[in-house]
Amino acid sequence: MPETKHVDPQSGDVLILVGTMKGAFIFRSDDQRQQWEMGGPYFPGSAVYALAYDGRAGRNRLWAGPQSMHWGPLLRASDDFGREWTNPESSPVKFPESAGAAVANIWQIVPGRDAEADTLYCGVEPAALFVSRDAGETWSLSEGLWNHPQRERWVPGGGGLCLHTILLDPEQPNRIRVAVSTAGMYVTEDGGTTWRPSNQGVRADFLPEKYPEFGQCVHKVVQSRRKPERMFLQNHWGLYRSDDRGESWTDIANGVPSDFGFPIGIHPKDPDCAWIVPLEADVFRCTPEGKLRVYRTRDAGASWQPMTDGLPQEDAYETVLRDAMSVDPHAGVYFGTRSGKVFASIDEGESWTSLADGLPPVVAVKTAVVS
Amino acid sequence: MPLTFVISGPLRELAGNRGEVQVEGRAEKLSDALTLLWGAYPAFRDRVVTERNELRPHLNIFVDGESIRWSGWFDTAVRDGAEIVILPALSGG
Repeated sequence: MPETKHVDPQSGDVLILVGTMKGAFIFRSDDQRQQWEMGGPYFPGSAVYALAYDGRAGRNRLWAGPQSMHWGPLLRASDDFGREWTNPESSPVKFPESAGAAVANIWQIVPGRDAEADTLYCGVEPAALFVSRDAGETWSLSEGLWNHPQRERWVPGGGGLCLHTILLDPEQPNRIRVAVSTAGMYVTEDGGTTWRPSNQGVRADFLPEKYPEFGQCVHKVVQSRRKPERMFLQNHWGLYRSDDRGESWTDIANGVPSDFGFPIGIHPKDPDCAWIVPLEADVFRCTPEGKLRVYRTRDAGASWQPMTDGLPQEDAYETVLRDAMSVDPHAGVYFGTRSGKVFASIDEGESWTSLADGLPPVVAVKTAVVS
Repeated sequence: MPLTFVISGPLRELAGNRGEVQVEGRAEKLSDALTLLWGAYPAFRDRVVTERNELRPHLNIFVDGESIRWSGWFDTAVRDGAEIVILPALSGG
């Protein structure tokens, strides 16, 4: 096994947590983000789709969901930035026997709001939401979503039937929106007891009914912390904005080479600013024209501009997956590709720097500022 | 005679870096033997079987050299003192 390098983050440092098909890596820089050092690989050989940093209540805790092809997925935590990881006897995130299901992969780990410092959420395949109220010691299945009568008609997308997005409304403590491929989005307004589909205006090109109540293949959704009514959505064909917390969606694919893609990032302060990486088509999931271009809007999707400085513009048939882009609190933007490249921008996408070229296929990029 | 389990991967780490462990008890079928194993080494269970009590798809178990795929899966007969090998399949990388 490879020797694992470690990093020693300090308060105020910026982290980029990179999950790949063969392990995880941690990039660290000070708040200027000019020089980066890399730690890893952690969990060599395991796919890591889910990573998170929890800096609440005096913690400096990393979470990861490595999935060993042989030995299964396991939620693990580290309080020393990856030197030691928990290795729980029993898998913390697993279905009760009554559910008749088994966790195939951990897709998302999201710390709860600051006011609920011991709460965490976890999205898995097959699509389900788990909640912990004791800082990750024990987890329970969100029965309301699991027992939703529409669930039996959810179907897997190319990545499996996964719950990949968990959005905690910054202002309404009982409102949570999740996204499932392929089921679309569901919302709870009572903290998770009851859920309803919420996909009005989102297209499903692969179904006879183009605007069904549910069944869309939503790839990623983001919500503004500054203006929570504002959301952006990258769909399996379709690029959307909502100005009413996701109750309805408007097509904003204005001037993009394709409205197919996976990730979408939103500016931490400017609710009109977002980033995407268009791909040519679902049958050719690569950057159009062999150019790796991030597109940015500053007018809530009325127009999009390509950001190319520092990105390869020739023979670059790259793929950026749904969770492989992240935006830090300083509006630094980071993404990774299936070819193992990681890029960073500290000027809101105007220019890009290569941080890595040759990692295993990147499936997750998360960023955080160390508390 | 005790049952001998030959183990690999993370199971070794969970058993103090030993390559095999022995478990006392009566077992007529592999499911009985695994129940004894989970009792002695609880951490093995979630690594070897899913919540649905199914063998993880990329693992193989051999009872006295025979893959359980051809001998009845968890209903495979287990003799006193049997050797049970738990191995990762060829998949992975």
